[in-house]
Amino acid sequence: MLQKVFYIFVKIAVLFLLGLNVRRKDILPSEGPAIIVANHNSHLDTMVLMALMPLSKLKGIKPVAAADYFFSSPWKAWVSEHVLGIIPVQRKGTDRTSDPLEGCYQALDKGQVLILFPEGSRGEPEEMTSLKKGISYLAERAPSAPVVPVFTHGLGKALPKGSFLLVPFFCDIFVGKPITWAGDRTQFMNTLQDRFNELSSEKTFAPWE
Amino acid sequence: MTLQAIHWALIGIWGLLTAASLIVYILSKRSEKNLSELVQRTQSWWVMVALFTVAFLVSNTISIIVFALISFLALKEYFSMIPTRRADRRVLFWAYLSIPVQYFWVYDSYYGMFAVFIPVYMFLFLPFASLLSQQTEGFLKSVGTLNWGLMLCVFSISHAAFLLILPPTEGNSAGGAGLLLFLVFLTQFNDVAQYTWGKLFGRRKIIPGVSPNKTWEGFLGGVGTTFVLAIITAPLVTPFSLAHAAAAGLLIPVAGFIGDVTVSALKRDLGVKDTGSLIPGHGGILDRIDSLTFTAPLFFHFTRYFYY
Repeated sequence: MLQKVFYIFVKIAVLFLLGLNVRRKDILPSEGPAIIVANHNSHLDTMVLMALMPLSKLKGIKPVAAADYFFSSPWKAWVSEHVLGIIPVQRKGTDRTSDPLEGCYQALDKGQVLILFPEGSRGEPEEMTSLKKGISYLAERAPSAPVVPVFTHGLGKALPKGSFLLVPFFCDIFVGKPITWAGDRTQFMNTLQDRFNELSSEKTFAPWE
Repeated sequence: MTLQAIHWALIGIWGLLTAASLIVYILSKRSEKNLSELVQRTQSWWVMVALFTVAFLVSNTISIIVFALISFLALKEYFSMIPTRRADRRVLFWAYLSIPVQYFWVYDSYYGMFAVFIPVYMFLFLPFASLLSQQTEGFLKSVGTLNWGLMLCVFSISHAAFLLILPPTEGNSAGGAGLLLFLVFLTQFNDVAQYTWGKLFGRRKIIPGVSPNKTWEGFLGGVGTTFVLAIITAPLVTPFSLAHAAAAGLLIPVAGFIGDVTVSALKRDLGVKDTGSLIPGHGGILDRIDSLTFTAPLFFHFTRYFYY
């Protein structure tokens, strides 16, 4: 309920302040098990991807985010869990006895949709860094879940890391063809990287200096 | 409620749109070629005319807000399209904030401030806001591009809204609303007319380096049609004498053409086809209002000089 109310406001804000140009929205999964993989430039990334989903499906869509950031204080943890529906992941593995992706496996088993940012950090806005391999373990563990790459541009301009001032920009969201697990982690990572390269060259973007 | 001139004018526009849609429908059924873009364009016209009509009939305030929103969308499109500096995020924010302020002057009928707020105060303030980041690399380009965008998307367009609050005069009971309708209708009609004449008879290119699809036939055909329509419609919604109606009937299509190719030059420079994808079949909002950015201030001052 709280989540729905929150995302009604987010939808309005995203529509009015940003304005989205979404290509191939029809292949963005709102029912699982499925894994949405996006590049990461801004806190807005998760908001915007969630805002693209129908309100009735929000409960089954789980952004995967760093436990050290989103669960660092009790109230942050409460908002992250109850409003944003985040599944926490330990970025720095101090505890080797449990699998950091355990929460993700469970969500996929329950038929939920995961939203993942395999760059691991927002980093420099509008610059893509190398993809972390964790995603390939997930794909291997849940081979029936399609992995859908989503490339976004402009959100890092609107709200980059380290800034609290939201400046309106039109943003592009390009949804790519789903990748299915073919049995090899390295090959999977290469395919994913290729998909992102294709998506990011679909349009020439205005430079950000 | 009795129907006034302005209502008849609106009914005329809806009639014209219906007739045009029928022609497009028949063409798309008969033609072998794929006319889906033309059909999409026509559908978008229905949406735009409907929005405009509703705003127009409800109140002046709503219409002013609609124009402020148009300015916001256009400026956002412009800022998203051009190269910007990360250091200037705050400056862009100030530029956006000038939109409600500028339209408040319109709402307040404060002509003196309306006329100088952007070309004087924002013009001086934006470079100052930009230098505060202490990044001088790209300073000139940044200040130049931001100011130009603000003039084009906000200052120019706000002149259309200012027409609205001009009072009725002896010769023109429709007042500012009539003038606005006259301006917007003829500007948009001229775009369509130039496009249609060009498609049907276009041979000699007019300015191929900027806009390879524009032809002399399209330009002159559009000017001629708009001119005739201006003379017919002027007595209904404007205070213009025949000579002034004729002058406005030339001013609007010629300025509209220049506005159109100016935005084309910008797009060519940036290597983009459309300014955005907000309006199906048309492209972005700047693609739709490019001609209005030139016709609005020129027509406003033409009217103000002779009648107010």
